[in-house]
Parts: sequence; C-alpha cells; structure tokens
Amino acid sequence: MSFIISVLALTVRFSAALLIASLGEMFNQRAGIFNLGCEGIMCMGAFMGMLIPFSYGGANIVPFGINLLGLFSGMLVGILLGLFFGLIVITFRAPQGIAGIGLQMFGVGVAGTLFRSYIGGTQSISGINSVNIPLLSDIPFIGQIFFSHNPIVYFAYLMVPLAAYLIMKTPWGMKVRAVGTNPRAADSLGINVNRIRFQALAVGGAMAGFAGAFLTLCQAKMFNADIIGGRGFIAVALVYFGHWKPSRILLGAILFTFAQTLQTQVQIFVPSFKYYEFLNMLPYLLVIVVLAFSRESNKFGPTALGKPFNREMRT
Amino acid sequence: MVTDDYAIEMLGITKTFPGIIANDNITLRVKTNEIHALLGENGAGKSTLMSVLFGAYSADSGIIKIHGQAVQIKDPNVATELGIGMVHQHFKLVHNYTVTENIVLGKEPRRSLFARTVNDQKINPKKGNFSIVSLGSAEKKVKSLSDRYGLSVDPKAKIEDITVGMQQRVEILKTLYSDSDIIIFDEPTAVLTPQEIDELMQIILRLKKEGKTIILITHKLKEIKKVADRCSVLRRGKYIGTVNVQDESEEDLATMMVGRPVSFEIEKQKANLGRKMLEVNDLCVNDSLGAEKVKNCSFYVQSGEILGIAGIDGNGQSELLQALSGLTTPESGEILLDGKLINKMSIRERIEDGLGYIPEDRQKYGLVSGMTIAENCVLKDFYGNKYSGKLGTLNFSHMKSNSDALIEQFDIRSGQGSETLAGSLSGGNQQKVIVAREISLSPAVLLVAQPTRGLDVGAIEYIRKRIVEERDKGRAILLISFELDEIMNLCDRIATISKGTIVGTFKAGEVSANEIGLMMAGVKARKEEADEKKA
Repeated sequence: MSFIISVLALTVRFSAALLIASLGEMFNQRAGIFNLGCEGIMCMGAFMGMLIPFSYGGANIVPFGINLLGLFSGMLVGILLGLFFGLIVITFRAPQGIAGIGLQMFGVGVAGTLFRSYIGGTQSISGINSVNIPLLSDIPFIGQIFFSHNPIVYFAYLMVPLAAYLIMKTPWGMKVRAVGTNPRAADSLGINVNRIRFQALAVGGAMAGFAGAFLTLCQAKMFNADIIGGRGFIAVALVYFGHWKPSRILLGAILFTFAQTLQTQVQIFVPSFKYYEFLNMLPYLLVIVVLAFSRESNKFGPTALGKPFNREMRT
Repeated sequence: MVTDDYAIEMLGITKTFPGIIANDNITLRVKTNEIHALLGENGAGKSTLMSVLFGAYSADSGIIKIHGQAVQIKDPNVATELGIGMVHQHFKLVHNYTVTENIVLGKEPRRSLFARTVNDQKINPKKGNFSIVSLGSAEKKVKSLSDRYGLSVDPKAKIEDITVGMQQRVEILKTLYSDSDIIIFDEPTAVLTPQEIDELMQIILRLKKEGKTIILITHKLKEIKKVADRCSVLRRGKYIGTVNVQDESEEDLATMMVGRPVSFEIEKQKANLGRKMLEVNDLCVNDSLGAEKVKNCSFYVQSGEILGIAGIDGNGQSELLQALSGLTTPESGEILLDGKLINKMSIRERIEDGLGYIPEDRQKYGLVSGMTIAENCVLKDFYGNKYSGKLGTLNFSHMKSNSDALIEQFDIRSGQGSETLAGSLSGGNQQKVIVAREISLSPAVLLVAQPTRGLDVGAIEYIRKRIVEERDKGRAILLISFELDEIMNLCDRIATISKGTIVGTFKAGEVSANEIGLMMAGVKARKEEADEKKA
C-alpha cells in the first residue's frame, strides 16, 4: 500500500516540472518554432532559481519571497534565452534543429560554469517546502497523493487549462496557431509573423526557465549541472505525443513520470535487484516506443513547424 | 455602371530586380466599376505590377493614384485600408481554421472573459489579446455577405473540408469583409473545374453589379472574352496597350500578348494505332494515410494514340500516376507495360523498360532546382556508359553537349545555357527541360501530367505540339490534365475519372465538354451503362 501511495504521490509531484516545460514548448511549436534548446533554458533557469536564495541564506531557511524571487529570476533568464533563440532562428533564419542543440549545450555549459565559479560544489538550499492542505490532506490515500504537495505543483496543474485557454480561445492564441500553420496567410492579414513568434518564444522560454527553477527550489533543493537530466528533451517529445494539446500533454507528462517513479521506487523497495540500469532505461524506452507509434501525429501539428518565414521567398 | 473616372491609375511604374527590369514604365488605368483584365505571359510583369499595387514591393519610380488621389502603398495593410483586396493565386488560408476564423484573423472580434457583449466595432489589435475570440457576430456578417453575393459559403465549415472552389470564395469573402471596393483576382481559374470556372465568372459579374472594381490577372483568353470590359496587355515587362475586349478576337489578344500570331487548334493526323503498350486492370491504390484513392481502375493506351484522363483534382489522378511511375505500390490490380507486369518493379527498371514520366509538380518531382540544366537532363541515365567514365566519374563534357543540343532543339531560354540552375528558370522553361529530358530518352509509353499548368500561351502551344509529335512517332501517351480544353484538344480518346474510377471512355469528338464536365463531377452516370440497359 505504501508503495502504491508513494509512487502515485511522487508521480503527481515530479510531473510538475516536465508539465510546465512541455506546455512552454507547446507554445513555441504552435507558433512554428521547434526549440530543442529547452534543456539548456531549463538548466539556466535551474541555476538562477538557486542563485538568489543561496546567496541570501545558504542552506538556511529563507523567506518565501526570496524563493519566489528565485523562481522569477529563472523565468526571466528563460525569457531572455527564448528571445536569444528567436534572434538566431527568426531574425537570422538559422536551421532550428541545429540552433536548438546549440542552445541546449550553451545553457547547460554556462549554468555549469557559473555554478562552479560562483558556488563551487553541490550545496543544498532550503527551497520551498510542501504544504499539507488542511482537511483535504487528511483524507486517507487521496490526501497523500493529491493534497500534500508543494504549492508550485498545484500551480503547474493550473497551467493546463490556462494554456488551453490561451492557445485555443484568445485572439493571441489564434494568431499563434495561424502563424505556426500558415504564416503566409497570417502575414497577408496584417499579422506580424515574426513578432508573434518572438512572443511565443518568450512565453515558452519563461515556462522552461520556471520549470528549471522549480526543479532546484521545490524538488531537488540543490543544483548541479545535470539536474535537468534530459527532461528538456522529454518535454519536446511530450509535445509530439500530446498532439500539441495541453490536456494530452498532461497525460503524457503523468505517464512518463509514472514510469520514472515506478522504476526508482522499485529500486528502493527491491534493493537486491542488480541490473538497475535496465530499470533506469524503462521510461525512456517508453518514450521511444510511444513516439514510434505516434508517427501520424504530424497531421495534428503546426504545418509550418521548423520553417523560417520569409515574405519575399516564393514557395 | 462603368464610368469614366479611374479607380486605379498606375503611371510610369518601373520596378527592377537585380539583372532584370520586371516593369518598364508601365501604365495601367482601371475605370471605376469595370472588369479590367491584365493579360500577359508568365514573366511579363503582371504579378510584379500587382505586388506594387498591393504594397508587397515598392516601385523604383512611378505614381499610384486611387480614385484620383496619389498614394504611397508601403505594405499590404495600407492597400487594405485603401479598399484594395486581393484573391491570391495560392490561397492564404489556415487549413484547420473555420471559414470565419480565417476571415477575422488579425481583426478578431473579442469579448472579455466575463462580459457578454462583443466588441467588434472598433478593434484595437493591441488590446484585449487575452480576452475571448467571439465569432457569433462575425459569422452572421460572413453569412450575409455570402448570401448577398451568391457565394453560398458555410461560415462554420473548416477550410480543409471544403472544395478548392469554395476556398477561393473564402478568399473573396475576406476582401468583402474588409470592405474592399477594388478586388484583384490573381490567376483565379488555375485550380478550378470547368463548372467552378463558370460559377466564378458569375460571381465576378455579380461583384461588378454590386459596384466593385475588378482586376483579373490571367492568361486565359476565353475568360477575358467572357467577363472583362477592357484588357491591358503586358509583354516582357513592357506595356503593350489597352483594348476594349468586345472589339478584339481571342486571336488578336493572343497576338498582342505573345507578339506573334498563335495557333490554338493543334493540327493532328489521324491516329495510327498499334498494340496496347500500357494496360491497367482493376487497379486499386491507397494514399499515404491508407485511404483508397484509386478503385478498380481499368484502361489501356495503344501506341500512336493519346489517351486523356479528365477529372477534377483529387479524384485519384495523383495516386494513379504514383502507382504507374513507381512512387507507390498499388494494393491490387495489374499494370502492364507492353504486356509485362510492372506492379512491383523499381522506378529505374520501369524507366529502362521504356516508361517516361512528365510529373504534375515540376519543382517537386521533375527537377532538382539546385542542379544545372545539364545535370537535370541526365537524371535518368547518368549512370549509363554515355555519361559515366571508367572510374565512375561523370563525363561533364558529354552532359553539356547533350543539354546544349536539347536547349537548341527545345528552345529552352536560360541565362547561362547548360550551366543555368534549373531553379532559376521560368516555369515554362523548367517544363521544357523536363519535356526535353523525357522525350530524349524516347520512351515507348509517356505519362504526361498537367504538362501546361501555369504556363503561358507560347509555351503551351509548343509543349502540346511536342506531345502530338511523340504520338505521331508511335509512342503511347497517357495525358492527365485538369484542363478540359487541353484534353479535348489533344486526345484521341478520353476517359473520365471520378472518385478513383474510370466512369466512361469515349473517342474524341463523340462527346461534348459539358457532358464530360458533368461526369467529372460525378453527376452523370456512365454513358455506356445507360445504353446497355436500354438495349
């Protein structure tokens, strides 16, 4: 029983970072930008997330506001990196896949270097702690799974309907989708294609940076250079799996995280199992298999994904 | 009523691109409420001129006046504000949006999350970006515009679910929705069926009746004769003249456009028929998504004849061609090339067995645009002894002499001869390169798809002649075209295809264009069947 509860509770908690990053990536891709650099932005976000709280109080408990400042600085660096990526792929029309790999290495590298020179070695921080919601968290079983989490976790889940509203209902979302599907049509109707794409990259970057900061502040309570551990790439994969829809992306994030926590919990509960590498592999294998079977997901996707817009160029 | 004031005056417009004068001191004067045709071959400068008018390009010199007022049109938004709307040749539609969503895009009516009232009177696109798009009133407006102009468009339909003709009407609605009183149609009939073309002509006349001024860019003379009041002709970037359409015959217009007399009817000898070179029996082909696009399709082509397949775009022609040329494998049925089953043969084997293919999409399947003419001309036999040396190197001098000869023979006009990149050629000359390559391989069976799509009169005349010449040499030719005129003109026998099945085969001259049009639309049942029942 405790095994099941702990797997489920951890699934809810650990899927938050992945969920935010994927939703951010969804905004990028809906606007037609394939941002493989999500991992790099997350890593920078994670570093920035730790920097302010650690400088303020080291491993001691710091006021909630300072931690919040950490989250915001993660977001801010995410926005900057998103716009930087836009400069490369929108303004200079560099190939997005390659530029994304570059951004990933840039983000991870810079975060690691800054960490080493400013902080040195691994240090814990107090971070933002989980809160038991009064009454609800007392419900047996359900209480532990759903109602004793970090406040930011709830915020992450709140992002799902919020993102759906933004992308499907608002004029801005309509423009983003148009720009990602047929930029020429959007352009002919007076929509500034590149501006909308920059905006989407800023939103996506903010969310990736936020997700990174969440990892250091709420989940790991420490930073090291491989804290993201491929989540940025998984986020990109989840967007495909999720057919660019927030609700399906949520499903994907939960499914992946479930596989992930299941295997870590098996390792904890069955320590005698020798070949834990195979267990480590499982969630990633799941992603590959799922993606292999969703090859037709392209038809749901933004048709101009990955294509720079150039008004003068004939098609 | 056509009045004498001018809605548009473009005076002395000159626009140069590096190395080319696209518009050389062109003057175009369009009267208010007339239908003014702009006629010219590809590359004559029509599109450039209209892009200047629409603000996509800025002219080097010249004046534009709208209703007598000199204006500066910096970008398309300015043109829209001046009441100029454009129905683009390549539709600018978001395929998974509804009709109304496409029309309001960029000026979405919106309401706040809580308020029920819609603010669509004056929309500031900078404000309310995060409120809710509210389509109700816009849908009503689209519906009423659609009714008023007889467009019968469903405002809630998704673009991907409606026909090409309907999509074009959505483009027309866009211009009406933004209150344009001058509407430019850029090659509007290129993608339409004969019936749709008739309907479009009616719509254009209706627009005129409702007071709009129309510019019709085209190189199809019939359409001009049918609807236009006056016609301005451009040739090689220069203004040739403006005429009253009533006073001129189609031949006169063609002569003005091309600069020399053109013949429309292709002279053909009686077909000298040989054995069945291509035979297709009960062929079924699926598209890449698994939908059955060709169903129990059967026909044959004899040597020395041209069999035309008439049909509306999307009725299985592409899949049929892909199966014949080897790009896909059919689900069932037989394809026999000179009696030999080729269903599962590779593309190269088919080519070596004498199958030639002029594909419908020349940029995508016909040419490698980054390669020179010389290289494109040997794409199908570069590996043979002719062009490959002992060490597996290509013999460029042979390739060049080959393409030099073809350039000469097929009158391919290019900047740097054999060294010209295929991508830099005009559409007509690209097509000539493909035709030259295919014909030079002297295939026994030649598949020809849309050979003259988007080409000008001069090039059309030339390419049709070459196809007939090949027939006279005893080749079996299968012609697939969406242009009924072309089929009626060139073919010895005509098969009509509807929903992937051949619904009737006729000898040329035995059937009217109208009848075929109805069969293409699936309206009319197979003629023979009806006859059989009678008997």
